[in-house]
Amino acid sequence: MTALVELGPEQDPAATPKTGGGGLGRYLLVRFLLIFPTVFFLVTVVFFLMRLTGDPISSALADRLTPQQLQERLHQAGYDRPLLVQYGDFLRDTVTGDLGRTATDNRSITELLGTYGAATIELTAYALLVALLVGIPLGRLAARHRDRIPDALLRFGGILAYAMPVFFVGLILKLIFAVWLGWLPVAGRAGTSTQLFLQNRTSVTGIYLIDALRSGDGGAVLDVLSHAVLPSVALGLLVGGVVLRLVRTNLIGTLSAGYVDAARSRGVGETRLANRHATRPALIPIITVLGLQVAGLLGGAVLTETTFEWRGLGYQLAHYLTVRDFVAVQALVMVFAVVVAVTNFIVDVVAAFIDPRVRY
Amino acid sequence: MFAIFRYGRGVQRFMLLTGTALTALFVLVSLLAPLLAPYDFNQLGDADGLFGSQRPPSAEHPLGTTVTGYDVLSRTIWGTRTALEIIVMAVVVSIVLGVLLGLISGYFGGRLDQLLTGLADAMYAFPSLLLAIVVSIVISQGRSGLFAGLTSAAIAVSVVFIPQYLRVVRAEVVRIKAEPFVEAARVIGTGTVRILTRHVLRNSTRTLPLIITINASEAILTLAALGFLGFGIEPNSAAEWGYDLNKSMPDVTAGIWWTSIFPGTAIVLTVLGITLLGESLNDLADPRLRRRAAAASGGAADAAGVAAVSDPSGTAGISGGSDISGAPGVSGGSADGTRDE
Amino acid sequence: MSELLTISDLHVRLDTDHGEVHAVRGVDLSIAPGEVVALVGESGSGKTITARSILGLLPETARATGRVDLGGDDMLTAGPSTLRALRGSRAAMIFQEPSTALNPVYSVGWQIAEGLRAHGVPGRKARRARAVEALADVGIPEPNVRVDHYPHQFSGGQKQRIMIAAALALEPGLLVADEPTSALDVTVQAEILDLLRTVRATHGTAILMITHNMGVVADIADRVAVMRQGVLVEQAPALALFASPKHAYTRELLAAIPQLGGAGGAREMSPADAREPSPDAVVDARRLDVTFPGRLGRPSFRAVHDVDLRIDAGEVVGLVGESGSGKTTIGRAVAGLTRVTGGTLTVLGERIDGHRHRRSLTVSAQIGFVFQDPATSFNPQLTIGDSLAEPFLVHRPDLGKRQTATRIAELLDHVALPAAFARRYPHELSGGQRQRASVARAIALDPRLLIADEPTSALDVSVQATVLDLILRLHRDMGFAALFISHDLAVIERVASRVVVLHRGEAVESGPTPQVLHRPAHPYTTRLLAAVPVPDPTLQATRRAARTTAPV
Repeated sequence: MTALVELGPEQDPAATPKTGGGGLGRYLLVRFLLIFPTVFFLVTVVFFLMRLTGDPISSALADRLTPQQLQERLHQAGYDRPLLVQYGDFLRDTVTGDLGRTATDNRSITELLGTYGAATIELTAYALLVALLVGIPLGRLAARHRDRIPDALLRFGGILAYAMPVFFVGLILKLIFAVWLGWLPVAGRAGTSTQLFLQNRTSVTGIYLIDALRSGDGGAVLDVLSHAVLPSVALGLLVGGVVLRLVRTNLIGTLSAGYVDAARSRGVGETRLANRHATRPALIPIITVLGLQVAGLLGGAVLTETTFEWRGLGYQLAHYLTVRDFVAVQALVMVFAVVVAVTNFIVDVVAAFIDPRVRY
Repeated sequence: MFAIFRYGRGVQRFMLLTGTALTALFVLVSLLAPLLAPYDFNQLGDADGLFGSQRPPSAEHPLGTTVTGYDVLSRTIWGTRTALEIIVMAVVVSIVLGVLLGLISGYFGGRLDQLLTGLADAMYAFPSLLLAIVVSIVISQGRSGLFAGLTSAAIAVSVVFIPQYLRVVRAEVVRIKAEPFVEAARVIGTGTVRILTRHVLRNSTRTLPLIITINASEAILTLAALGFLGFGIEPNSAAEWGYDLNKSMPDVTAGIWWTSIFPGTAIVLTVLGITLLGESLNDLADPRLRRRAAAASGGAADAAGVAAVSDPSGTAGISGGSDISGAPGVSGGSADGTRDE
Repeated sequence: MSELLTISDLHVRLDTDHGEVHAVRGVDLSIAPGEVVALVGESGSGKTITARSILGLLPETARATGRVDLGGDDMLTAGPSTLRALRGSRAAMIFQEPSTALNPVYSVGWQIAEGLRAHGVPGRKARRARAVEALADVGIPEPNVRVDHYPHQFSGGQKQRIMIAAALALEPGLLVADEPTSALDVTVQAEILDLLRTVRATHGTAILMITHNMGVVADIADRVAVMRQGVLVEQAPALALFASPKHAYTRELLAAIPQLGGAGGAREMSPADAREPSPDAVVDARRLDVTFPGRLGRPSFRAVHDVDLRIDAGEVVGLVGESGSGKTTIGRAVAGLTRVTGGTLTVLGERIDGHRHRRSLTVSAQIGFVFQDPATSFNPQLTIGDSLAEPFLVHRPDLGKRQTATRIAELLDHVALPAAFARRYPHELSGGQRQRASVARAIALDPRLLIADEPTSALDVSVQATVLDLILRLHRDMGFAALFISHDLAVIERVASRVVVLHRGEAVESGPTPQVLHRPAHPYTTRLLAAVPVPDPTLQATRRAARTTAPV
């Protein structure tokens, strides 16, 4: 009857107070070091998987070259050497930042990243903004009106957002707002003249909005923004649905926690309970899971960029896929994976700073 | 089963019923596709000649024709078949391997467990679509007939989902292996295989309905995304919604709406139905998300005790779970029981 | 003296999955300023629901009728803003689990200040200063530093002190304490009870103490109200109630409590005890060591350190200690559930050390184990009969279905359960019945050693006694040796002929039970014994006086 339950060995054994720092630094270091095996694993898996099917040059150019020419190209690129030797070279090149050249149009991948990376960063940033702006307030609303009509409707909306493939949402948005209503442009990152104007300026960031703002040209800013609306909304809704569900579930959990009840018993009002007492503890799992969504966001970016001809890395990836240039595909896939691994690290760091149990 | 539909009120019940209805409709249509579809999925014309390209909806073609000249209605209906096939393949492969690995990883722990969870974690850093692309390249070089296309998409989805099953099952196994009833079996001297199958596995499947539905949804979405990127199944081997959407992209700009709306809506309704079903089932099983009546938040322990009528171990929170999983006692009260009084 | 709180004809009905439950049925209760009233009852008695109604904290699915008058306002009909204004200022509450009642991501000072802020105390600095004061008041050392610390940096007892500080910050007239010590060790429990007494003395706060523990009642209460199945069956001043309980249920409740050193406390010698100690011990542990490896970046944890333990055939040895003492770990090591990392452990002639930790089949056939929580010790998917068949399936496959079924029926009969229970699922049994079934499983193969890990601590008092009696009776009949693990000294006194006292993984004292419990040699044992509240107000008062004046 007494609830005196002896602590199992897995749990914190002592009720002794833990004091002093040092824990956080150590945690961050361990977490940081964990990036390396993850990246190494991903890179290795991709390399060997892609080589299972043969070499990328044959698959891209076999129909266009004579066997003689093909052999030459293969030899040139070193694809006729033992696989492990190629792997060693590949690792060395990757570490030094040399990601190779595309097979079809012989462009440097590193250069590709520089040219198109900004566009992808810009799109995902907008989408994340949309997702958070939509997901957080609605998730809170749903949690506070839990199991009542607004909650049920919002949950339904969240599920619907998940069920709609991002490219289909993109096509519908395009059809309605660009084709039928003609309010917004159909595709691209900016109109032709704006694009030329922005690209010819010195010291560009590649992020069109920033470049346009710095140019001080109001028309350019408006043009860039109008192009960004539909893709950002399409991709943002995809992640926004996840954010909504995440916020709702975790907030419901903390709203029914003992400490909220205890604060209520001391006279703290319901609004403050929801906004402060229940929010911060819910934030930790929300941020952690949100970090995992970065992978989904990048996958979605590939599709969104294709739908809206948004010339970013995803668009390039889709292009190289259709021309079967697997050297380029392999490199881009790896870049995406590394970005996700690093983002997850950053997210964990943020979560650690919010959680005093890790901080102290 | 009846008890499921009694649960919840208003919109919540609506979600459950909608999910069930949409999923049933989807399965039915895919099974009856040959009867329902006016034409074959790869039929370009009939006795009167070719269907023609991009024809708007008409009596012969209720949903119009595509740019290639296929009948949109027929391809949308036949698409359910492809979708069902991918679901079955992907779910079977993922569940078998994922559950097995999760069981092994969770029960035996140690090095193998560290390795497997490490790999699963690394997989998380990999956008699933990109992984699917890589796998699809490996398996079919991106040029696919029906079987190669399905297999590569199914394997791609499985590669993404095996780690998820592994994690979920592993977490459950780790929890359950510390439960006294498993330890009781160990004290008795019951063999490992018997403990795993009779005690651990049977109690670790609580969260599976939800992942299975997510897995199924994700299978459809991944196949469609591959198709949309031009990496799916060739149109003359099977009808695949993503491929049709890919071909409809230029149509949209030209204001031709029927080639994209219908296959797209088919995807949405199918995924929506399956997801609603999974969510509703999860609501029933998750004590934390259930209505407050049974969840006994915080200090309402006595309330739970009352419901169980002089039962100090807090089984009151359990009943809802037993309705769906046939697993009395796994969902709620057991964890609370020790703290109850 | 006007009453601080008057509950009249309170009824509470709860909507549950099983339909409506009438949890509280017509309770009348009043508390005067400065009075300590204990509300006693077993699980499901409705005592917590009654307590929560005082602060208007009933669950959403509850419907209450009657009147809960707190200083002139009816808490059942008060609007949200009135409720907010009264919570914390007129009455405050502390909870059973201090670890879940404190928000893990905010400093304790902030949490105390939140209550002040809600009641319009202006100024962040002023609120912080008041929080420091409140912490000092409940005996938190260095309050001006600790005020900025987070809950996980405090021990369980300190957390409960902080909860009390937060509750008292606004000087409410009434403190509702819902099982405030049930999750704590006895020595910590004694400290918290002392604190509550001090609070009453210095602030004049009335306390409504919700508890199931009669020792706690005897220690602190002026008046006692006994609840059973939603009805208040008896209400009397503490001395009168303990001296001459009027209601049959109260008498039953008091009789069921195992009482340290009390009448009928020490167990009778059984024939098994009279036997010559056999030369080969059932369990022989020498310098036993169990260390759990640390996880990433955490130090390893030495749960058991250099413990010697010997159990002879037919002997009952008690292992007693507080949480973290390693008593459960030792039991698990003997059962082969936990790896031994040092020393030697010989069980039924089979030696086990760091390399081998799985028992051979012949030995496991001779060990029975009874777990603490009957709710989780049966596979929820299997019937009781299936679970009871398991030992036979593993060790006596020769028996066949029919014979196994016969044996199961016999087993159920041994533990006084109807044979039909074999077809039931665990959740269809009550806690006490499940624990009986658990005992049945443990004795299925006529074991030479029974390990019982807190077999009664998850049960209500009235059920505890019957399960203890059952184990003792079986021990007399079957003559097995037993390792009995408990935190409850009174329970140990009743069942064990020898006792080992554990403290932080080390055996601090061992010997025949009467000697250890009545003439303790080690200061820790003395402290432990002194901390146990006995269900007798007069005796408890003298014990407390002795404890507080004795040099620590």
